Amino acid sequence: MIEIHLRHRQGGFALDIDLALRAQGIIGLIGRSGSGKSTLFSCLAGHARPTEGCISLYGRPLYDSTRNLNVPPAQRGIGVVFQEGVLFPHMTVRRNLAYGARNTGTAFWHEVITALDIGALLGARPGRLSGGERQRVAIARALMAEPDLLLLDEPVSALDPGLKARTLDLIAKVQERTRVPMIFISHAPEEVRRLCGQVVTLQAGRVHSVTENGHPAPPYTYLPGPEARRCAR
Amino acid sequence: MFGLSPMEASALTLSLNASALAVLWSLPLAVGLGWLLGSRRFPGHALLNAVVHLPLVLPPVVLGYLLLVVFGRRGPVGSALEAWFGIRIAFSGAAVVIACAVVGFPLMVRAIRQSAEAIDPRYARAARSLGASELRIFLTVTLPLMSPGILTGITLAFARAVGEFGATITLAGNIPGRTQTLPLALFTVTQSPGGDAEAMRLCLLSLALAGAALLASEAISRRVQPGRALA
Repeated sequence: MIEIHLRHRQGGFALDIDLALRAQGIIGLIGRSGSGKSTLFSCLAGHARPTEGCISLYGRPLYDSTRNLNVPPAQRGIGVVFQEGVLFPHMTVRRNLAYGARNTGTAFWHEVITALDIGALLGARPGRLSGGERQRVAIARALMAEPDLLLLDEPVSALDPGLKARTLDLIAKVQERTRVPMIFISHAPEEVRRLCGQVVTLQAGRVHSVTENGHPAPPYTYLPGPEARRCAR
Repeated sequence: MFGLSPMEASALTLSLNASALAVLWSLPLAVGLGWLLGSRRFPGHALLNAVVHLPLVLPPVVLGYLLLVVFGRRGPVGSALEAWFGIRIAFSGAAVVIACAVVGFPLMVRAIRQSAEAIDPRYARAARSLGASELRIFLTVTLPLMSPGILTGITLAFARAVGEFGATITLAGNIPGRTQTLPLALFTVTQSPGGDAEAMRLCLLSLALAGAALLASEAISRRVQPGRALA
């Protein structure tokens, strides 16, 4: 389970999230600009420290304001993929993939490379890749670290429609093969519908709705338990 | 050497050696400070930035005098070095290196700082999410991405050090064969009757060195965009 129970204030913006999600498949996180998607992404990845609350992954606390606990990003076991890939420009694709990999050349290594169709790109530098190729390599690099959860922050929003559809299909394929749970953040409903079973919609910093395969989920299925609620007023 | 008189050859060698040593010794501190000023915000940031850049705006003779106050035989550092190790800094070859290092340092820090500022912070975030420690991120991501700025800084500081005059003559004097660098030798021959031809030779030599350094700096900055490592 991914349990999130947090309040975050940043300037005039307030994020107020209570969620307990089954960490499986690809979870969609959708909302308009300013709905709190990116702030929630930053809080989960550890780039921002929430004002109060707690976050846990499979029962492992990552952040707990009552215990002053804030696990550093490098130890969270959460992979991140940014909108533009953000590959290390001075390294080849192979070195980018190996950067966080526990082992190279394993069955998992080959599985990810094959599923994302980047085998031919291993010797290239990121500057020579197309936008779609960069995103596929960024997803592969994050997966090579074998994270417990992968956050994808609008990974296809900068791609043209043809590349977008192909990249979405490859994301679905690699998730199915590696079984790494993913949170797919987007502002485009059609992308999320194509990929995700569970979909969380944010509005003005709060959870507006949660759907399961297109049907509204009753609140008791996604609200955190008492242990998570304990850590925020 | 290349048709140069012994005095000219000695001045050229001393200038090149002192400038190279000055850059080499100040490089680690310049990289650290450039990175700190370019990628972190902390109380006293503006003050530290101003102190680092002070040698750029101070008259070189003032700088040389301040260095003499610190490193002279009665200065706090100079007297301690002489008492403990028997080392005299003022009017020695080491004084030339110190003067060159101090005048070139702000140029080096400035170039490195600008390079550090241009690095997208998401590179470090991506590396952290892959489990990398801060030291590993610095060595494998930040440092290579700062490399264009480091190389530009080295070139500019070297060029500035080769041309250094005021601080050197004040701290190191103008001793032929010992502390007489290229600009000091040029100054000396301009003061001597009939030294025009020699002065012109030294002048052209200085121009060639400075021009080569600036061309190298320009070539580096054109080859690489800010925030991108050397390929």
